[in-house]
Amino acid sequence: MNLEELELIARSVRQENAVYDYEVNVCMDLACASQGAEQLREALIATGDASDKKVLVRRTGCMGPCSSGPLVRVDPDEILYSHVKESHAEAIIQSLGSEPVPELQCDLNEHFDKQVRVVLENAGYIDPEKIDDYIARDGYKALMTALMEMTPYGVVHRITESGLRGRGGGGYPTGLKWGTVAKAGGDTKYVVCNGDEGDPGAFMDRSVMEGDPHRVIEGMAIAGYAVGASKGFIYVRAEYPVAVSRLTTAIREARRRGLLGNNLCGTTFNFDVEIRLGAGAFVCGEETALIASIEGKRGTPKPRPPYPAVNGLWGKPTLINNVETFANIPPIVRNGGKWFASMGSERSKGTKVFALTGKITNTGLVEVPMGIKLREIIEVIGGGVPGGHTFKAVQTGGPSGGCIPAEMLDLGVSYDALLNVGSIMGSGGMIVMDDTSCMVNVARFFVEFCMTESCGKCIPCRAGTAQMYRLLSRICEGSATMDDLSLLEDLCGTVKETSLCGLGMTAPNPVLSTLKYFRNEYIEHIVHKRCPAGVCNIQAPVEVLA
Amino acid sequence: MSENVEVKTLVIDGHEVSARRGQTILEVARENNIDIPTLCHLDGLSDVGACRMCLVEIAGNNKLLPACVATVSEGMQVTTSSERLQKHRRTILELLFAERNHVCSVCVANGHCELQSLAQDQGLTHVRLPYRNPDLHVDASHERFTLDHNRCILCTRCVRVCAEIEGAHVWDVMGRGINSMVITDLHEDWGSSSCTRCGKCVQVCPTGALFDKSKIGTSHPKYPDFLPYLNLMREAQ
Repeated sequence: MNLEELELIARSVRQENAVYDYEVNVCMDLACASQGAEQLREALIATGDASDKKVLVRRTGCMGPCSSGPLVRVDPDEILYSHVKESHAEAIIQSLGSEPVPELQCDLNEHFDKQVRVVLENAGYIDPEKIDDYIARDGYKALMTALMEMTPYGVVHRITESGLRGRGGGGYPTGLKWGTVAKAGGDTKYVVCNGDEGDPGAFMDRSVMEGDPHRVIEGMAIAGYAVGASKGFIYVRAEYPVAVSRLTTAIREARRRGLLGNNLCGTTFNFDVEIRLGAGAFVCGEETALIASIEGKRGTPKPRPPYPAVNGLWGKPTLINNVETFANIPPIVRNGGKWFASMGSERSKGTKVFALTGKITNTGLVEVPMGIKLREIIEVIGGGVPGGHTFKAVQTGGPSGGCIPAEMLDLGVSYDALLNVGSIMGSGGMIVMDDTSCMVNVARFFVEFCMTESCGKCIPCRAGTAQMYRLLSRICEGSATMDDLSLLEDLCGTVKETSLCGLGMTAPNPVLSTLKYFRNEYIEHIVHKRCPAGVCNIQAPVEVLA
Repeated sequence: MSENVEVKTLVIDGHEVSARRGQTILEVARENNIDIPTLCHLDGLSDVGACRMCLVEIAGNNKLLPACVATVSEGMQVTTSSERLQKHRRTILELLFAERNHVCSVCVANGHCELQSLAQDQGLTHVRLPYRNPDLHVDASHERFTLDHNRCILCTRCVRVCAEIEGAHVWDVMGRGINSMVITDLHEDWGSSSCTRCGKCVQVCPTGALFDKSKIGTSHPKYPDFLPYLNLMREAQ
């Protein structure tokens, strides 16, 4: 395989597609599929075949606004239909070439206009199980370019120049990480893709792996070339069976096309990828625990340093990046580091995919340039809080993040800005809460999550989160005192500062951030024994008659 | 000693000390009679950095580092005791006492318990946290020893000594978070497990979780000092 052959494949795909006058793309991501997208697609194919129009019906990955699903986009006119049912198939096929179906058309222009799609550029345009679809949209061009025209150092330099930071949550500069692994000694090195997405309400990585799996594989192969590794592992949670099957197909297809395996592109570079399944432990998203899990051991973290970049999988230098980080690599290599660095804010470059969930009109996946105001994401792209309720807070970063109150909606989204207000960027979960949410209860939910997902190795996380949960439960039940509150704050400090890994270190964040911005709600629960949002079931205190 | 040993100098609690490259802060501190409290660490076993008692402050680093695994570097300035560290150490001990049922007065390890001694050293006078009082069982199926989960602090010394020194790997940890437990084999009774009855785990257990049935009352001193000697003799072979 070389660049010319890639171009041939791309051209033949375009020729095949040119036969059709219309392309009907059906979103087959989980949310749409659960509402009957499969039957809809079959109906569209049947109706399309029966009509005299030349129609290509294609299944695609997530198009974004999941709450409007099942979604159908008709090309070349780019007409988006929402809430499409099987019975609408005939109307859609009939409308081709004339006026669009009015009752299905949706007005999501504002939703899409503010977005910039880099990671999701192919989402909704390719069939995830067809490698040729990906190649026709410049797929694997970056890998070929890197192998033929760049030195490994040049690739690392381009990534460094782009200013890309780890999308898994920590925000560590990707170029620096690659440089460290590239400089580490030894013949055997590994590249690991972290697909153990576990934050409640986050599904960015699932969408990328399911909708555009080749992008991840290409990113990993480029990384392998840059750091000198010939073996890659994708660690996916077993709860994502579709992602696993799409990736398996993608790896097989890539091998068949000579895009994985030995002597790629006629060079001496070899690279292959294997899938490893996670067994449902949140902590295995932590890199040292993930390594232990791949090695077949109990998934518990180890103290760092030594970092995996020096001493990782089976003691070898290992590069670990998140799915979204790898998905950013091919466009950076194709378009250059400066192109990527031109997007975003000063210290956070590029775009970020967020999973918008909770009390918001347009639930789903969005990709926005860094530095965009939270208000724009929630009110414009997300369509605001539905049902006449008022916005109260947005939780970013999952159980490791914090709640950001309404006063701070004009904050520009970047790693540093979110850290400054007591939250984190995290992997991209964004849970919107309205006036019906009790912030103490929200904090308790996340602490409960951390408590049950703690591995139990270090004491502050194992016993500390359990005690925090206990104290928060007392507050929610109305049996706490102000002493309990100060004890809780004290405990948060110790768990945050002394835990072994990121899970424990960040577990107090939901409590600390709600205490910072919604302290009055805690006081209401403790002193006045009432829940302002009416969520907690507090028994009225028994009045003692004198 | 080989010729290419690199020597580092660093400052621990204001004392200038020298160390070989690759040594941990804990090793160097103890060589110089500076005490850092530990619980999961034991000379002769690998370190896991789990108990967080040995956390120390490093100048210029916001994070606290576990002295048992953090290695020395040139010019490092280490503080092993400060108000912040004391507070965290006491809270961690409180968490341990409140986690399971540690009732010193009726414990076989009373007077010989590392958890008890540490609490005394750190000036822990009372526990502010609510006791969890979990319902845990006692495994007395082994002919010589008893496992009392009520006293276990999950330091995993037994797991490590069995795997690394005895080479049997009978002990392991099951469950997650607050429900973690040490188990023998695949959660079988200790008595019917593949235990070699060497008793090393009992000697290294810092509390009364593992004890010898043949001892009466609280006369249960433990002797974990054999490990470094054993390792030395094995290396010499």
